Amino acid sequence: MFYRENGQFKSSYRADQQIFPIAQDRIAILVLLLVAFIVVPLGVSDYWMRAILTPFLILSLAALGLNILVGYCGQISLGTGAFMAVGAYAAYNFQVRIDGMPLIASLLLGGLCATVIGVLFGIPSLRIKGLYLAVATLAAQFFTDWAFLRIQWFTNNSSSGSVSVAGLNVFGVPIESPVQKYLFCLIFVVVFALLAKNLVRSAIGREWMAMRDMDVAAAVIGIRPVYAKLTAFAVSSFIVGVAGALWGFVHLGAWEPAAFSIDRSFQLLFMVIIGGLGSIMGSFFGAAFIVLLPLFLNQLPGWLGFSISTALASHLETMIFGALIVFFLIVEPHGLARLWSTGKEKLRLWPFPH
Amino acid sequence: MGFFLETLFGGLMVGMLYSLIAIGFVLIYKASGVFNFAQGAMVLFAALAMARFAEWFPQWFGFESQVLANILAFIAAMGVMVIVAWLIERLALSKLVNQEGITLLMATLGIAYFLDGVGQTIFGNDIYKIDIGMPKEPLMVLQGTFQGGLLLSQEDLVAALVAAGLVVVLAIFFQKTATGRALRAVADDHQAAQSIGIPLKRIWVIVWSVAGFSALVAGIIWGSKLGVQFSLSLVALKALPVVILGGLTSIPGAIIGGLLIGVGEKLSEIYLGPMLGGGIEIWFAYVLALVFLLVRPQGLFGEKIIDRV
Repeated sequence: MFYRENGQFKSSYRADQQIFPIAQDRIAILVLLLVAFIVVPLGVSDYWMRAILTPFLILSLAALGLNILVGYCGQISLGTGAFMAVGAYAAYNFQVRIDGMPLIASLLLGGLCATVIGVLFGIPSLRIKGLYLAVATLAAQFFTDWAFLRIQWFTNNSSSGSVSVAGLNVFGVPIESPVQKYLFCLIFVVVFALLAKNLVRSAIGREWMAMRDMDVAAAVIGIRPVYAKLTAFAVSSFIVGVAGALWGFVHLGAWEPAAFSIDRSFQLLFMVIIGGLGSIMGSFFGAAFIVLLPLFLNQLPGWLGFSISTALASHLETMIFGALIVFFLIVEPHGLARLWSTGKEKLRLWPFPH
Repeated sequence: MGFFLETLFGGLMVGMLYSLIAIGFVLIYKASGVFNFAQGAMVLFAALAMARFAEWFPQWFGFESQVLANILAFIAAMGVMVIVAWLIERLALSKLVNQEGITLLMATLGIAYFLDGVGQTIFGNDIYKIDIGMPKEPLMVLQGTFQGGLLLSQEDLVAALVAAGLVVVLAIFFQKTATGRALRAVADDHQAAQSIGIPLKRIWVIVWSVAGFSALVAGIIWGSKLGVQFSLSLVALKALPVVILGGLTSIPGAIIGGLLIGVGEKLSEIYLGPMLGGGIEIWFAYVLALVFLLVRPQGLFGEKIIDRV
């Protein structure tokens, strides 16, 4: 009754092609943004800001990047952690080696380096696909793990093997407190989400989806597989690289290759599967789910009045993740995002079922 | 020369162990077209079950004999693996019949996580040992030919023999029995196999049980060498490039791929490692497989089933 497009007429192509064609959606997004930018910084404790919201935002961004590759283009990748690491270490090198390098520029350049590596490891996708490609991307994972651990140059010859950044600031504004970090990440996420959303609606996005659905047919109708796949790798690893740089710079501050291990790659893949393959919104749902689930699992025994050891809790967590992956693949292959859109569909028809 | 040969043999032996795990991958792929990411988790699970049962049974039933404990534990662990196979078929795979390969791949990733969690919850997460009485002393051979002779680990030799035996048994099973034929039919085309009356469900339970069996064997051998602990499930990540190199559908490919990777890893670590900063074992296998994929996507002995893009 409240959520439908009746009476909302469009008189121009521009209006017809906007991202959110329904006025209620636009209002909802505006409200969401206002809450995220104004209410949350005022009303949320520093702990939540630092330990939950900032990681959530950065992981959403990484999941978004991965979703472009896996969800939209159908190229499975287990090397997301590697591309995050490339972004982080490249940004670090720009930051320490070039005097007066602006923070945003080094983050974006980190993303560009990740793009180069991503395209490089995406080249095998022109000949192989599916699980073979998964193994090829695993090669990226193991190789970068090793490179950043062993090659001293990347870490600016730090003796401990870990690198750290401090004194972040953008245009003279310091990025130090949890609120500032949160807002900084939020701006990145909003901009990239908007760009990604538009990108997947555009010609190139359609090419990716055609590639994913049936590559031979796509090639027949004139889509160049090389171009489509490599752009997907490029865009995806750019976003993932920026997310990695943010993860290192803003969230961790100091890190070593273990921060971008293969577990991170799997975690991101799970976010994409649970959130929804081929959905921008889904990346956020998935990230929220995977960031919040461990917290919930840690709290749950306390609420129920018994306690479990941390080891058991972490095993339970792995178990539940595994079970959920299978569950989602069977019951709702499109993930939480599909539940969301089903809900919206129902709401449009409400109160009449048809 | 002696040192080179020793490295070579060391590599061959490690490679044999990789092959053992790789065979599990190949079995499931061959017989159901599923690339089983959970093979590593199954190896860990089986080894944990074996190690813990061998520890528990003497306490529960009050006997001393290590041999008896091992035999009972082996049977029990095998039973557990069959149950696991049945549950996987029941709860996951039967619901995903005729889905795309990629969905199945991700499902096995989920299964891997689940098994890791369950295994460590039930059996604990310390380091356990499996003692099946493998000879530990190294063997000195060819003392006359080289100065200092060649040092070979007897343990590794036994492992190699076991792997060879396993391969022979599996080859006979696949080629000569009716069940093996049915397995191959299912691998070619689920729907076609189903329509000529091959019970898909039973076949999948069988093949996952067989993979569980090979996981158990691999787990016991790795476990008695290194101890049973979580890192065992990561060894399986080493077996991935092995199957890629050898070809996904070929058991001989898994063996030769394993040997190549084992040898390549050791030799590259010794001779290339110092130039590159050491520790290149971690990625050598993957990069080798990657380069190989570009040249020959189906692997050494694989069937040409990948549709080129």
